[in-house]
Amino acid sequence: MTEAFTGADDALIAALAEHARAARGGERGASDGSDDDTVVVVADRADGTVVRVADTVAKAHPPGTDPAVLARRLAVAAHPLLRGILLPPYLPPTATSSDQEAPFGTLAGRPVTVWPYGTAVDRDDPAAAPWAAAGVLLARLHTVDPRLLPGPLPAMAGPAKAARAMARLDKAVAATGGESAASRTVRAAWERLPAPARDEAPHEGPAALCHGDLHLGQLVRHTAADGRWLLIDIDDLGTGDPAWDLARPAMWFAAGLLDPDAWDRFLTAYRSAGGSAVPADGDPWPRLDVPARALAVQTAALAVAKAALTGRELDEAESELVTACGRIAALG
Amino acid sequence: MVCPKCHGHMQTYNRNGVQIEQCGNCRGIFLDYGELETLTRLEGTWSQQAPPPQAYPAPPAYPQQQAYPQPPGPAWGAPQHGGHYGGHGHRGFAHMLFSS
Repeated sequence: MTEAFTGADDALIAALAEHARAARGGERGASDGSDDDTVVVVADRADGTVVRVADTVAKAHPPGTDPAVLARRLAVAAHPLLRGILLPPYLPPTATSSDQEAPFGTLAGRPVTVWPYGTAVDRDDPAAAPWAAAGVLLARLHTVDPRLLPGPLPAMAGPAKAARAMARLDKAVAATGGESAASRTVRAAWERLPAPARDEAPHEGPAALCHGDLHLGQLVRHTAADGRWLLIDIDDLGTGDPAWDLARPAMWFAAGLLDPDAWDRFLTAYRSAGGSAVPADGDPWPRLDVPARALAVQTAALAVAKAALTGRELDEAESELVTACGRIAALG
Repeated sequence: MVCPKCHGHMQTYNRNGVQIEQCGNCRGIFLDYGELETLTRLEGTWSQQAPPPQAYPAPPAYPQQQAYPQPPGPAWGAPQHGGHYGGHGHRGFAHMLFSS
């Protein structure tokens, strides 16, 4: 994990735009040149750089991405069982003719995949967020039998990501001259988590197909699916306990950040669509409690680490998460 | 915890097993989920022991609890304040909704 992310350089962005243009040509024949050719950087983070040209995006996956695993995840996203659930990639024609060839290009050692462009959730109107659609999509994802898919996929990395967040907090604490009240609170909550949630013991029980990184930035609306919402971002796709995919909204609700009505719509839609992570009715928290605690710790750890390294105060939402960690640590 | 009304610091007190958050600035009080019921129960016990000399009208029920029944949460869940969501009540949350 990079400590300081500096952003993609112009050369990478230009090269990504070329990948997007080339894929457009391949998808719809020779371009007539009349389309809007503006290059837009959709995302530029440590976990990926995404560039849009008209109705196509190209993504440079993070350095260190395992090409074999990415190829399997791409094949899953392109699989007919995932239609209407995951946005399907544009695969180069060679990908289907030869198993030996990777179904993507590379730029500066980073794999590049190409996708149709979809409209994201409006960040300025969180009240209109498609929580019910998110619930239905997750439920449908979780009911796909992983044995019918190209694989094997890696284990769902929820516990590993929580452990990485704690490692990042440790580094930030070491770099900034010691523990703060907030870092101590987060650590106390972490130490109360059971070993599997801390990635110190394997997951027991049936393994479902999991998205691995659900948030509102992972939904797009696409014309190829009649304008319905689809899940995007396959970089954390894996198999494991599907309750971890519900853990982030569950944690937001439990921390008092997410409107109870939004949580209710999400959970009700998930259950109505036959999602396997929680029982069809009754109290869902026996299944959600541990993953939601882990996500609270993970999110608070990253926030406290970032705030310490940049010398800023926690914002109000981050403070609420640390307070939630305090309540977790205080549980008997 | 930060007071949702005036953003003052809220102090937690424990009174007869009831967790109460009081704002050090505006003195406003928040009760956790189920604690109004606990207080009502305690009040009932007290009334039976020593009936008040004067009959008071029953206090109105806590309107947010009545109008918006909360979905169940975990033992460590936050007290639900109601009406402060949608990314506006908590600075930073709208951004959090879209990030890993």
